[in-house]
Amino acid sequence: MSEVVSALHGRRTEGSVAVRDTGPRGMIQVRGDLGAEALQSVCREVAGSGFPGQGGAEVSDQGAVLWMSPDEVLVLTARDRAAEGVTRIGAALAGTHHLAVDVSDARAVIALEGAGLREVLARLTPANMHPEAFRPGQMRRTRLAQVAAGIWLTSETSAELICFRSVADYVFDLLANAAASPAVGHLPVA
Amino acid sequence: MLTLQCPYCGVQCDETELSPGGEAHLTRFGPGSDDTEFEQYLFLRENPRGVHFERWRHAYGCGKWFHAARCTMTLEVFGTYPAQVTEPPADLIEKIREKRPGWRWRDLA
Repeated sequence: MSEVVSALHGRRTEGSVAVRDTGPRGMIQVRGDLGAEALQSVCREVAGSGFPGQGGAEVSDQGAVLWMSPDEVLVLTARDRAAEGVTRIGAALAGTHHLAVDVSDARAVIALEGAGLREVLARLTPANMHPEAFRPGQMRRTRLAQVAAGIWLTSETSAELICFRSVADYVFDLLANAAASPAVGHLPVA
Repeated sequence: MLTLQCPYCGVQCDETELSPGGEAHLTRFGPGSDDTEFEQYLFLRENPRGVHFERWRHAYGCGKWFHAARCTMTLEVFGTYPAQVTEPPADLIEKIREKRPGWRWRDLA
């Protein structure tokens, strides 16, 4: 099998917040009845985390389950465990209407670390990044400048976001540029 | 700027996160219909000054279509609701009646 390479080759930059490529990540797109216990429990097992409700993101040390739409979640896991995860989900949901696909190479995952990350994101997205509107545990699919992205906070001072692989360099450059200038203090800093 | 709540995600979406889909609740007239009906379906649209019903797609989010009722003059949003209906929900119509007495949109009032 060919060597797994992330879209950004481990790029990182330090500005008012640190922006870095998190490297290859296992990502499984799961579609089906999100209310079904079988689907929820197998996603919990594969990601080692909880199962989110509407608009939620459940994160653990080993992975995450991100709510993408009323009939879709994205299960994050280690890159080398994605194929096994698809097999497990397929086995658990056999006979029910569902879809589970390994989309690990479709997207890039970028991490932001620093107290000013809300403001850095707010420079690029129309979504409300205020601490009262966007909290850890929420998944916000939105727009960063001209492309789609999904953002979730892993703590008050760290966030991760996904974007399509083909625009990973664009998104990284946007974030690096937004992080280059100091905070103006429009949003409360954690 | 228009801000609509996606009824599927529950998030407040900025206008730029959405794709506009034009007038809501159109009845399709295809093969077998007469020319007047077909013209009505294909070309003739409401252009109200006031209450309007539209289709929007949460393009930068869940990707689902939904409906929105809003005022074209003030951009006041009366409400949003899922797309799997053929007419606006009764409670939304009641709410619009309270806010805009005497409003009319097609055969709704």
